[in-house]
Order: sequence, then structure tokens, then C-alpha cells
Amino acid sequence: MKIGIIIQREYLTRVKKKSFLIITFLTPILFAALMFLPSVLMLNSEKLEGKKVIAVCDESGMFKGRFEDTDANSFIYPDQDIHDLKALVKEGIYDGVLYIPATQFSVPSDAELYSREPMPVTLTSHIRSNMEETIEHQKLLASGIDPDIVKSAMATTITLQTVRMDEVNGEEVEKKSFGEFEMILGLFLAMLIYFAIFLFGSQVMRGVIEEKTNRIIEVLICSVKPFELMMGKIIGIALVGLTQFVLWIVLSLGIYTVATMAAGTPDLLSNGTVMSEQIVDAQQITEGDEIIKEVMDVVQSINFSAILWSFLLYFIGGYLLYAAMFAATSSACDNETDTQQFTLPISAPLIIAIVCSTAIANAPNSGLSVWLSMIPFTSPVAMMLRIPYGVPYWQVGLSLAILVLTFIVFTWLAAKIYRTGILMYGKKTSWKEILKWLRY
Amino acid sequence: MNYLEIKNVSKSYGAKKVLDDISISVPQQSIYGLLGPNGAGKTTLIRIINQITMPDTGQVLLDGKPLSPNDVEIIGYLPEERGLYKKMKVGEQAVYLAQLKGMDRKEADRKLRHWFVKFGITEWWDKKVEELSKGMQQKVQFIVTVIHEPKLIIFDEPFSGFDPVNVNLLKNEILELRDNGATILFSTHNMASVEELCDNIMLINKGVKVLEGKVCDIKQQYKSHTYEMAVRPSVGGIKMPEGHAILAMDNDGNGNIHITVQSENPNALVRDILDEGELISYNEILPSMNDIFINLVTKNSSNS
Repeated sequence: MKIGIIIQREYLTRVKKKSFLIITFLTPILFAALMFLPSVLMLNSEKLEGKKVIAVCDESGMFKGRFEDTDANSFIYPDQDIHDLKALVKEGIYDGVLYIPATQFSVPSDAELYSREPMPVTLTSHIRSNMEETIEHQKLLASGIDPDIVKSAMATTITLQTVRMDEVNGEEVEKKSFGEFEMILGLFLAMLIYFAIFLFGSQVMRGVIEEKTNRIIEVLICSVKPFELMMGKIIGIALVGLTQFVLWIVLSLGIYTVATMAAGTPDLLSNGTVMSEQIVDAQQITEGDEIIKEVMDVVQSINFSAILWSFLLYFIGGYLLYAAMFAATSSACDNETDTQQFTLPISAPLIIAIVCSTAIANAPNSGLSVWLSMIPFTSPVAMMLRIPYGVPYWQVGLSLAILVLTFIVFTWLAAKIYRTGILMYGKKTSWKEILKWLRY
Repeated sequence: MNYLEIKNVSKSYGAKKVLDDISISVPQQSIYGLLGPNGAGKTTLIRIINQITMPDTGQVLLDGKPLSPNDVEIIGYLPEERGLYKKMKVGEQAVYLAQLKGMDRKEADRKLRHWFVKFGITEWWDKKVEELSKGMQQKVQFIVTVIHEPKLIIFDEPFSGFDPVNVNLLKNEILELRDNGATILFSTHNMASVEELCDNIMLINKGVKVLEGKVCDIKQQYKSHTYEMAVRPSVGGIKMPEGHAILAMDNDGNGNIHITVQSENPNALVRDILDEGELISYNEILPSMNDIFINLVTKNSSNS
């Protein structure tokens, strides 16, 4: 089978490239770094700078001892006036001086923080909230209300659990859902499938153009049929894509396992979230934990193997459809810049699907969502947005069937264009010309 | 016996007729020249033989049988516009192309190494194509064209891009291939190589066959009865006999007179000249293929 030989070449030349290895191994690491580094860095940034000492010059006399020391800052209350303190800041004795001017009739509403170096946002917001709390406290006391009652009243929180009622095999099943999580997962999958289709589709495009500009095409075409050549290339590159995905999944799981073992906690995801929550006060950590527990419940309720399989099927279907169109149009071009006039009109449906993505994720069962997930040109992206929420099997089946059928028709048409296009040189081809080739 | 026969082949692209009722017969184990100016339809004809394009009407017979898809394995084709994958290693690529011609991987490897030794390019086996010079790439392409020992080999401008030393090497290879039993179809503008290599030729212009036949027959057919002679006159000068068109006459400084003359009756001319002095040389000037080619093509285009 000659198509087997072609697939083998297309696959091996790409997989053996250094850039393939680099992208395959770096992407998960980069991704993990993007997820966890910011919170880790933010936690440590203050420690890196060293503890700051702030002198408080309180002319109102309301705030003495009201500022809480933290890991990063400490407050002292010297009996000096603002001019002397400013001079001490200049000399570097204190890192900053907080000046609260006296007010005659009302409570203070403003303050100034002098320093030689920029003050971190965490510090200024810490000072502000401490001041607000103090003044609130004073005001409540003045009105004869016990501040503790207000505090406990304000601490009320409501958790609203959305539960979807579903019927599986005639049995009522209730599924907890957590809209935001499913939405993020859907958007992530949709973007991934969108980029994957373009990434590997454009590889098909480049491959076709390469054979044309190298002029190896005529050597090849006397040994194999144009259809075999085109399909060999498309399938070979599809296998490259699948290899990349499989390696990514394996690597991500590997990194996950290693990181979990290193952290010594059962779950890195919750650990990462907790770390960023630590900036806020202790009460909220338990709240954060509850949210995480709920997310974990939802995560467990989501059928990941179904998502994985539908992702792979829609990637293959969508890629094959778009790759066939890319192969046909690039066969009409002499170089890569010429392909641009064809790329945009072809990829417009996918871009539309991405534009509609938030609308679809917000209302996964609306008319728009269902239609876009049926139309084969948009279904790979649209269906990925809907899948995390759960889609009836018949809809997935129908949409996949339409996708496969369209792919077959388009491959047949693409082969006709390709056959003529690859032997055309030097002419700038128009859409009209391409449609004419269908009849040759 | 004819190995390749093309019978009444026509092909149009839209309203443009590229080939108009072309028939040729290529005898087995011969070299057949396909001549014609640019855009005459040579490449289309070659593509039809290679089954890259289908003729609108007419038939191509190979060894007496209509072309079948499997015939690509007994045809070797070196296109005019030829190239290789630049990033791929030479040996690997040659094996790949041989495999596409239906060869088994091991066999292809063995035979290719033999050819690489023959052409003195063994050390290039593991180099990337982009590191090779143009001439070197052409050698690789030639090898790839003939590696599967095709019975019919089609060369489209095989000598373009070669230096004279390698042109010679290639000519000898082509003759050797023919002697080993291959039938060769040869498309070119290079008339010198046509006279040297081809047994038969066809001249095609604007999709129409202008001329076909054996190279020696065609030369005879288009001869202009021109003769060149050198005479040492017996006394002073010579008196040219009447009734012959003298094209040129000059003295070479050694006392010999060179005459180019057109005559319908060369025997009478020689008899008369013998009276005038000593005949040193006498030659018939046959037209070169180049002259015939230009003559016919310009006449052809002024007619239409």
C-alpha cells in the first residue's frame, strides 16, 4: 500500500524534528508554570523584600495599636511629629511613615503614607482596611450598637447548590453542578480544539506548498495518485497531532503525580488555591476549602472519559474536514503568502464559533448552541463547549454523523481541486478558477 | 516492434486544444525524441503517458496493451521541473521514492548504494538535500528515475543544470540503459543531443504533429542539395560551370578555393569542376536538426 508509505514519511519526518520534541515536552511544563507560579511568587514577593517598618503618626489619637503586624510589616507608634518622622524615613530608619491628620468635628477620612520606595499594594490595602474597621467600630459604639453583633451578622454566607435532575436508564439521577467550573472546562476545550485544528491544518497547508515549490510534486505524482498523496499527508499529520495529545496527557499526569508527591498533599489544585487564599484572613481559608470540596464533587461528577473521547473524535473529524479544505486551496497557490486569501474565508466558521463561545457556554441548550453544534464547520468547537454540561447521546451521535458525512464529501471535492492545482504554476488563482477545476 | 504507441490522442483544457489527434510509435529499445517549442503540448503528452492526466479521446498502448494503473511501476519519469525534499536526507529520500515505485525497502537500499558508488556520491548518502549542489541533486534525481529498472523511461530536458562533463556521463548512461533493453522517450530543445542520441523524432507545435520519422530520413528529406568543395585551380582562377547556384566562394590563402554550391545535378557539377583544377574535398551539407526545427516552427506559425 503506497498510502501507508506516504503516511509513514509524513509522520516520521515531523515527529523526528527537534521542534516537535521541544513543543511536546515544554508545553505541559509551561502550562503548569503558568497555573501555579503566579500564586507562589505573589506569596513570596513580600518575603523577598524583607519586613517593612512603618511609623504611625496619629494626630487624631484613634488608631494607636489598631494596626495589625503581619509577616511583611510591623507598625510602631513613636511620639514624634511628622517632620521628624519624615526625616527618619529619609535616613532609612523607618521604611515609611503613616500620617493621620487630626480632625476637629468628624472622624478622620483620609491619611498619607510617606516612603522613599514604592509601597506594595498588599500593605496599602492592609492599612486602609484596618483604618476602616477602626472607624466603623467607633461609629457603631457611638450609636450604641455592639460591634460584635454586627460582625456576626455580616459573616452570614449562603451557598447555593445547583442540582440537575437527569434520567439515566429510567432512574432519576441528581447531579450536582458548579456552572463556573463546567464553563471554564468547556472554554478551555473549545480553545484547544480550535488551535489544534488550525495548528495541524496549517501543517497540511505548508506540506502541500512545500511539495509544490520544491517541484518534487511531479516526481511523486507519476508514482502515486494525487488522492493517495493528499490523504497520506492529511492522515500522517493527524497521527502527529494525536501523538502530541497522548504525550501531553501522559506528561501532564506525570507532572501532576510528581508534584503531588513532592507537595505531600492529596491534591495540587486545592493546594494551589489554598496558597493564594492565605493572603486573605484565616476565616476565609475554611470558606475556600468548602468551595474546593464542592468543586471536587463536581469534578467527580463530570465524565472525563466521555469528554476525552468526544474531544478526540471531534478533533479528528474537524481536523479532517478543515485539512481537506486547506489542502485543496493551498494546492492552487505557489507560496504561503498566496494562501492567505483562501485561509480566512475557510476558517471563518470556526472563528464565528469561538466568538459565540461565551454565549454557548452560558446557555448550552439554547437554539444557537444546538444549531452550532450540529453544523459541521462549527460543531467541533460548539460541542466542546456543551460537552462538560452533558449533552444527550443522540445529539452527539447526529452531530458526529453529519461531520463525518461532510468530511467525506469535502475530501472528494478537495481531491478534484488538488489534482489540478498541484500541477498549476505561476498563475494567481481565484475562487472562480478553483470551482472550475471541479469539473475537469 | 513498437513498445509505446499513442493513437489519436486529443486533450483540451476548457476551450484551448492542447493536443490535437496525436499519434506516435516508439520502437522497442530505441531512443525517441519529442521536440517542440515551449507550450507545444510536450508536457501534456508526457503527463498522459504517465497517467497524470487523462486524454479526452484516443488511446495509449504500452507493449500492445492499454495503460493500466500498475504501469507506473515500469515507467520512469524525470520531469523538467524536478525537485527533492530539501530537509530530508539523500539516501532516505531516494529509498522513499523507490518504494513509491513499488520497490521493496531492502532491495531499494541495495540497488541505490550500487548506483551511488557508480556516480561517486556515496559520501552524500546521509547529507540533507539542501547541502547538495544543483548538479549533485540532478544526479540523485536521475538515479531515482531509473532505480526500479523501468522498461519505458521518459526524460524531460534531462541535461538542464548539468556541466559538460556530467552531460557526457549522462549520455553514456542513457545509451547503456537503451542497450540493456529500455525504451526511451526524450523531450528536449537541445538539438545537438537529439542528433547524437535519438533514433526517431517527432516534432510537435501547438498541439499538432508537424513531423515524424527517423533522424537520418528526415535529414535526407529536408536536404537542400548543398555541397561544399575545395578546389586547387590549375591555372590562375577557375571558371564556374553554368546552372548551379553558388552560395559562397572564397580563397583560403593556401591557393585553395572553397565553394558552397546548391545543385540539382551534382555529378555534372563535379565533372565540370574536374576540368578546372584538382578537387581536394567534396561534401554534401545536410541540414542540422536545429535548422529543420526553426524552419518548420517559424513556417508553421506564419501559416496559422
